[in-house]
Amino acid sequence: MTFETLLPYLMAAIFAMAFPLVTGYLVLVERKILADFQARLGPMRVGPHGLLQPIADALKLILKEDTVPKDADKFLFYLAPLLSVVTAFGSFAVIPISATLRIADLNIGLLLISALAAVGVFGIILGGWSSNSNYSLLGALRGAAQLISYEVALGLSLVTVVMLSGTLSMQGIVEAQFNQRIWFLFGNYGLMLLSFFIFLIAAVAEVNRAPFDLPEAESEIVAGYHTEYSGFRWALYMLAEYTNIFIICAVAATVFFGGWLRPFANIEWLAYPMDAIFPAALLFLSAWGCARMKLFPFTALLGISGLVFLIPAVATALSAPFWFFLKVSAVFYVLIWFRASWPRLRYDQLMDLGWKRLIPLALGALLANAIIGML
Amino acid sequence: MDAALFYTFAAITLAGALATVTRRNPVHCALGLIFSLLGVAGLFLLQAAELLFAVQILLYVGGVMVLFLFVIMLIHLEQAARLRQYSRQWPVALAALFAVFLEIYVLAQSGLPGLPPSPQPRLNAGGNTERIADSLFYVYALPFEAASLLLLIAIVGAVWLARKKEQPQ
Repeated sequence: MTFETLLPYLMAAIFAMAFPLVTGYLVLVERKILADFQARLGPMRVGPHGLLQPIADALKLILKEDTVPKDADKFLFYLAPLLSVVTAFGSFAVIPISATLRIADLNIGLLLISALAAVGVFGIILGGWSSNSNYSLLGALRGAAQLISYEVALGLSLVTVVMLSGTLSMQGIVEAQFNQRIWFLFGNYGLMLLSFFIFLIAAVAEVNRAPFDLPEAESEIVAGYHTEYSGFRWALYMLAEYTNIFIICAVAATVFFGGWLRPFANIEWLAYPMDAIFPAALLFLSAWGCARMKLFPFTALLGISGLVFLIPAVATALSAPFWFFLKVSAVFYVLIWFRASWPRLRYDQLMDLGWKRLIPLALGALLANAIIGML
Repeated sequence: MDAALFYTFAAITLAGALATVTRRNPVHCALGLIFSLLGVAGLFLLQAAELLFAVQILLYVGGVMVLFLFVIMLIHLEQAARLRQYSRQWPVALAALFAVFLEIYVLAQSGLPGLPPSPQPRLNAGGNTERIADSLFYVYALPFEAASLLLLIAIVGAVWLARKKEQPQ
């Protein structure tokens, strides 16, 4: 077996093994950024600057008692979190990290992600229903209604991307952006910006993030669909939720921001500045930040990685994953920003926004992009 | 490998369909139907019809079945479970079942008329999204539009039926 044939299996294994830890640190990053928005420090006690907090949380969740409500439908109660996790992880299969770093290049990539997200909502619905609790049931009903309402707008905004790229394959969409010399965010003379905003709003609603976190609105219905879950099964729900957030950020980065392409990917002389100097500068900046926070091991680590990036061969090899993860992180930051900025929508406002505003707007954007695209 | 996958998906489809009609709890029935639809999606994938596979999951499992569950969760399950489970039309159903089996038996004996003896194994390697678009929007555009008109009429009719009747002044 050559390395190329092994690579997809290797990547799938790495994703599956690393993502529980990544999720833990995504939660920490989110808590830290939220704290920053609110002029607090966030978790500080476990490890320096709370860096070991995710490990402590994970240990606590594994050791907690796994309770099942007395009248719960046991089979569905056990099945539901698994359904959420499996569908969320399945989407990794079609996310390309670079031209070669990918698990599979399917010619229905984008549709597959939508389909898996649609199946994933059964984790919420069945979990909420099988708990035999009113709060859980309300959360499940809200989740179902929200998914149906916003899936349409999400799909319509992605159709405009497919019209531009002429393919549903994630790999093909990135290559189309390279060939057309433009990120699809700015495609069709800027008209695609409208599609992107529709996508962003619908995507936030699709992954149940604030301000659309009605299925788990803690101030109204305790914790929504996962009220009755505890310990490891609850952790599985969190894992699925953050995996879905990562997936939606990766989809946004891939279809609107050129995926692994560096900015101005077609301009030759920008290759070294964008592939080496920019990442190195960013890493040096982070190293300086770590030094200010007295995290000297991280300063050394980030400084050395910055120096390594200045080697041309390394830069060409690593720039694609670097830009991909930078874009994903930027979208993730925007999602946290949303959460810090906006209060939760009321249920009727959610339906009003979805059906009366977003879907007509998405249809209009589709029509306008089709006309402009044909000219 | 293909044969093993075929039998797996066929078993999922049939087991799901059986669970749909035999379970007493409506949510379990819906879950059985979901598994059945997923099995059919798998069969589409075996025929190299990836688009149909994704659309089957997206529309039927992700759309229709979510709506089904939405309605099921709102009704009183205790009452529903006490209802008589099997319809009283079982003699008709038995006759229909017999007719279908007879049909299958005759077709298995004689072979399907007007069709190639064995199915075409693969459609085209580059994916069949464009093929389907061509058939829907070009070759069969008129039937397609007629079907969409029919659905529109059905939607308007459903809204009309569900609308609250205004009291005459």
